[in-house]
Formats: sequence, structure tokens, C-alpha cells
Amino acid sequence: MRILGLDVGSTYIKVALFENERLTLLERDKTSYQPLERCLQYIHKYKPDQVVATGYGRNLINNNFSNCITLSEIKAFAMGAHFIHPKVRTILDIGGQDTKVISLDEKGKVVKFEMNDRCSAGTGRFLEIMCKALGFEIEELNQLDLDEEVKVKISSLCTVFAESEVISLIAQGVPREEILKSIYFAIVYKVVSMLKRITVTEDFIFAGGCSSNKNLKKFLENQLKIRVITLEESPFLGAIGAGIFGISQIKR
Amino acid sequence: MGEDYIKMWENLGIDLENHDCLLKALAEFYQQIYLSQENRPEGMKYFDFVVSEAHGLRIKELLEAKQQGKKVVGVFCVYVPEEMIRAVDGICVGLCAGAQIGFEEAEKVLPKNTCDLIKAFIGFKLTQVCPYTESCDLLIGETTCDGKKKAYEILNKLTQKVYVMEVPHMKTERGKELFLKELFALKNKLEELSQQTMTLERFKEEVKVVNEKRKALMRLEKLRSYDPAPISGLDALLVNQIAFYDDPVRFTQKVNELCDELEERVKKGIGVKPKGTPRILITGCPFALPNWKLHHMIETSGAVVVGEESCIGRRYYHSLVPEDFSSIEEGIKLLAERYLKTPCACFTPNPERIEEIQNMAKELKAQGIVYYSIQFCTPYLFEAYQVESAVDLPFLRIDTNYSTEDIGQLKTRCEAFIETL
Repeated sequence: MRILGLDVGSTYIKVALFENERLTLLERDKTSYQPLERCLQYIHKYKPDQVVATGYGRNLINNNFSNCITLSEIKAFAMGAHFIHPKVRTILDIGGQDTKVISLDEKGKVVKFEMNDRCSAGTGRFLEIMCKALGFEIEELNQLDLDEEVKVKISSLCTVFAESEVISLIAQGVPREEILKSIYFAIVYKVVSMLKRITVTEDFIFAGGCSSNKNLKKFLENQLKIRVITLEESPFLGAIGAGIFGISQIKR
Repeated sequence: MGEDYIKMWENLGIDLENHDCLLKALAEFYQQIYLSQENRPEGMKYFDFVVSEAHGLRIKELLEAKQQGKKVVGVFCVYVPEEMIRAVDGICVGLCAGAQIGFEEAEKVLPKNTCDLIKAFIGFKLTQVCPYTESCDLLIGETTCDGKKKAYEILNKLTQKVYVMEVPHMKTERGKELFLKELFALKNKLEELSQQTMTLERFKEEVKVVNEKRKALMRLEKLRSYDPAPISGLDALLVNQIAFYDDPVRFTQKVNELCDELEERVKKGIGVKPKGTPRILITGCPFALPNWKLHHMIETSGAVVVGEESCIGRRYYHSLVPEDFSSIEEGIKLLAERYLKTPCACFTPNPERIEEIQNMAKELKAQGIVYYSIQFCTPYLFEAYQVESAVDLPFLRIDTNYSTEDIGQLKTRCEAFIETL
């Protein structure tokens, strides 16, 4: 039995393949402007018995492919994280267009969650746009070794306003590494305020596309004063969770 | 809507081009949201018809009544007593608006951070798309929230027809006294408008008419407490929205017919969704027609909405006015007491609202509460904190407006919330 979990996000499509309940493959690709075609390619390539979709594009796949079920990203992340790391109780997911915090019980069930509204404050898109203004490529961010002393502050979390703040800091001659630190600080500040609305415990997993950013992780740990776990599978937890959900549905 | 209405709209001063856009959008929305629902009760056909003729037949009726000397009075709030308007042969219509129409125009005269409900009724006026507003002889505003209060000043400038009654913000003896005095002043205003004196007999008659409407809506609400729910939240919401502008006697009869059918459904165990579907109570801001966004989102995410603690909902029909009074003064006093029981967030403190939510959740067997606030609606946004700490059920806050820009995120949040129930 082959089950394909698809997490169709705003930036990446993440794929998790389960064969006889064993996770056998993780893969991802840019979402681009043709997410449906891209997903159908995956479906043709792996010929699953069941497709399970989550993420923004979940309904697009569901509406265009008959053998598909869907679930929300929140539940998918909870199931995926619980599968990979059963002790997890808190998940932070910073994705392309939204940021979610989820608190779970010992069985991996969602107890409470918070998520940003319509705006992209503190999301991956926010970071991407600021990096563009600073002339950094996302890929090179991990090569920087940043200390945690924030010397300048970005006071706005609105992507549009923050971008003009960044530009005015550049005009003042502030080194771009310093500005980048203030952006990390702003993201973490936003995340911490969301985390305050749920219960934060140890066994805290940082997931989503931004979790591979080691400097952001460092800032986060520093602010939260707890150890933050990032896993190799962190960007794929939604797709993995979708697969696990598919397995549980078939068993019923 | 037929060709013959065009002349009528033209005479009312409707901007036909803008109006056409509104009607087209509405028809499309209605098809997508309402007519695509499954297992709808037969009794909803009447309400579908009323919606399709909202700007046609009903306006024709209003204009015919006006020709017979009746006055059409527009209101924006459930604190304005319909009984008194009707007792001087007036017709009461609700004018709150639930669509993003004319916002660019509205934002020229209103601050950008005004709630969409206010922007919509000012926008409707500025773009001349609402035949109800245009049919009115008098618009009764009230001093509930700051935004509405100040918007009425602007609306009066645009229409010269606004009368504002003062609604107190505290339910103290002094507050009650003020409200009573305001109702007496309103009586004078209505008598002056209609050129007739209110009689005890007519007043008592109309108290009964409006009570019957409330009883029918209470009956409808009660039927939603069954599992499986015999009617969707969307359909029940529509009935509650139509309550504000349909003829009350006809409306009451149709709601009761619908309820007869729903009772049969309950007996047979027929529902709009399977037994065990998660049940949601919504509490918060009003849902002015055609604001169906939240109900649609929840009901396409695997749950059913079983009640609204809202002005379009319980706050409209929460209790009856005693019918056995023997003078107009006594009647108005009873009216004042009844209307002031309404637990709007404009009042401080407002513990009655929390009680009402708790009662409704229990009566309607809700499993989760969705707290709905329209962006920039300070009173309801503030009360969310107290309500969340007082209720014992899973709780989701939705702070949104009439636009569709946040549908993606909201849908994810609603789905995830429903999955946790």
C-alpha cells in the first residue's frame, strides 16, 4: 500500500511517500505558478493508492484528483511531528506565508493553536523580502555567523513598513548583518507573542521552511530560553503528517 | 429581477450601473453559497424567493404602502423598537449592510480604520445602491458605538433624514431612566412623522405582532438544538437576516411553516449533516445581509452552526414584551425594560452577555465557540478576552472583515479548530 502525503505550501510542495506504513521518501520542489501540474507529476511518478493533501493548495488537488483526501496544516504538522518525535508538545512552524504555533497532548492531538491572520508579518515571505532589500540570497544566510546582540531595531512587523525601515537603515550606513539581526529579532518577537497564547513546554520542535535557518533558531532559543529541536524532517512535517493521516483513515 | 423594476429604481434615484453590479454579485454569491447546499428544507423556498425579490417586490410593497400614507423607517440597531414604528402605521426596515460596496467612496468621508458594517451603509448611500435607504422617510440612528454615532452625523448630511436616539452605556437606574425618556421622545418623533397619534389599541396590537415574530424565531432556534441539525446555520442565518425587512406577519407565518417542517425532520431524524457533526455556536458582531462569510466557511469545513449570539440572532428575539398593559405609558415602560435587557458589548459592564453565551452553548449543545468580531469593532474585540476566560468550551477568535482576502488563512484556522472538537 502506497500513500502519498502532499503539503502544497505557498513556496514549496513537500512530498512524503509511505510504503506499507514505512516512510520511504521525502522530496520537495518550488510551488511555482502551476502547483496542480507539479503535484500530478508526483502522483504519476509514485502511483500511490491514496493521496492526502494539506497546505494552501489542498483543495486544488482534491478538486482535480478523485482519490484524494485533505486535512488542515495544523493537524498535519501535529501528526507529522508526533510520528517523528513522539515526545513533542509544542510546534512552531514558520512557513512561506504563515506562522503557526501548536500545542499538543501526549497522543499528538492538537490542544490549542494560533496562526497569523491575513498579513505576512513574521513569515518566510517577510524574511525573503527583507533579504532581497539587503541583497542576501536565502541560501547564503546560514553561512553568516551572527552574534545575538541586537544594535538596531525594526519597529514594524508589517512587511511593507519594515521594508522601508530596512531601506532607511541602509541609507544610514548600518551594516547589513546588523539589520538582518534586527529582522530575526522582529520575527522572534512576533513568534513569542503568539507562543504566549498557548502553552509552551520543552520538546519544542521548530518546523517549516524557515527552520533550517540556524541563526533564526539561535535567536529563538535565546528569547525562549529553552532548547529548540530542529530535525532533518522539519520542513516535511506537514507532508509526513498527511501520510500518517492517510494510513489512519485506511485502517478505519 | 424583471425589467419593470428599472423604472421604480430610477424613480428612487438608484444608480442603475452600480446597482446592477451589486445584484449580479449577489446572485452569483447566492448560487455559490446557498443554492449549493444539500438537504435544504422545502420551507426555505420562500426565503430564497424573498432574497431574489429583495430589491424588487418588497420595494414595490413599500412604495405602495407609502402611497397609502404609510411611512418607511430605517433602523440600524436592535435597540430601536419596531413596535412603536408600527403602532403609527410605519414600516420598519433594517439598513445595516454586509457587503463591500462603495468602500472607496466611503473611505473619502470615513476614517480607513472604521468597521466594515459602517463603511458599507455609508458606501451604499454614497453609491446610491440601496432602494431601502432611498425609500425611507426617516432613518433612526442610535448612540451605541462611537463609529455609528459619528457616522450618523455624516449620513444626516447626505440624507437630511436622520434622527438619533440616545442609548445609555450602563444599565443603572439612571441609564434606564434615560432610555425610557428616549422612547417617549421617539414616540413624539414618530407621531410627528406619521401625523397620527398612537393609540393604546394599535400599540398593543403591534406588540403582539412583533412578539409573534420573536416567538417564531425562538422556535427556529430551539429546533437547531437537535442532532442531527434539521437546518443549516446558513439557512437559519438567512431567516434571521430577512426578519429585518420582510413584512412581520407574513414572515412569522413562513417561519412557523418552516418550523413545522423541521419538527417533522426531527421526528424522523433527518438532518442537513450526519448525526455527530461538530456543533458551533457563533458569538459577536452582527451579520448584516449579505454577510455569509463565516457561516459558509465553518459549514464547508465539516461543522454545523447551531446558533448566533448576535444582533442577527439571539439578541434580536431574546425575550418578549409583556402584552397585558393598560396604558401607552405602561407599555413603553415594559418596552424599555425588554429592550435594555439586550446584552450588547456597548454596555459596561456586560456580564449578561457571558451568561447568555453559556446558556446558549448548553441549550444548543455546542461543542465549540467561534468568537466573531468585525475588524475595528472595539466593544466586541475587547469583550473577547472576558468571554474566552468565562466559557468552558474550545474557543476560536476570528477577527475579520467583509473581504475575501483572508479566506485561505481563515479556512485553515476553522478546519483545524473543527478537527480538534
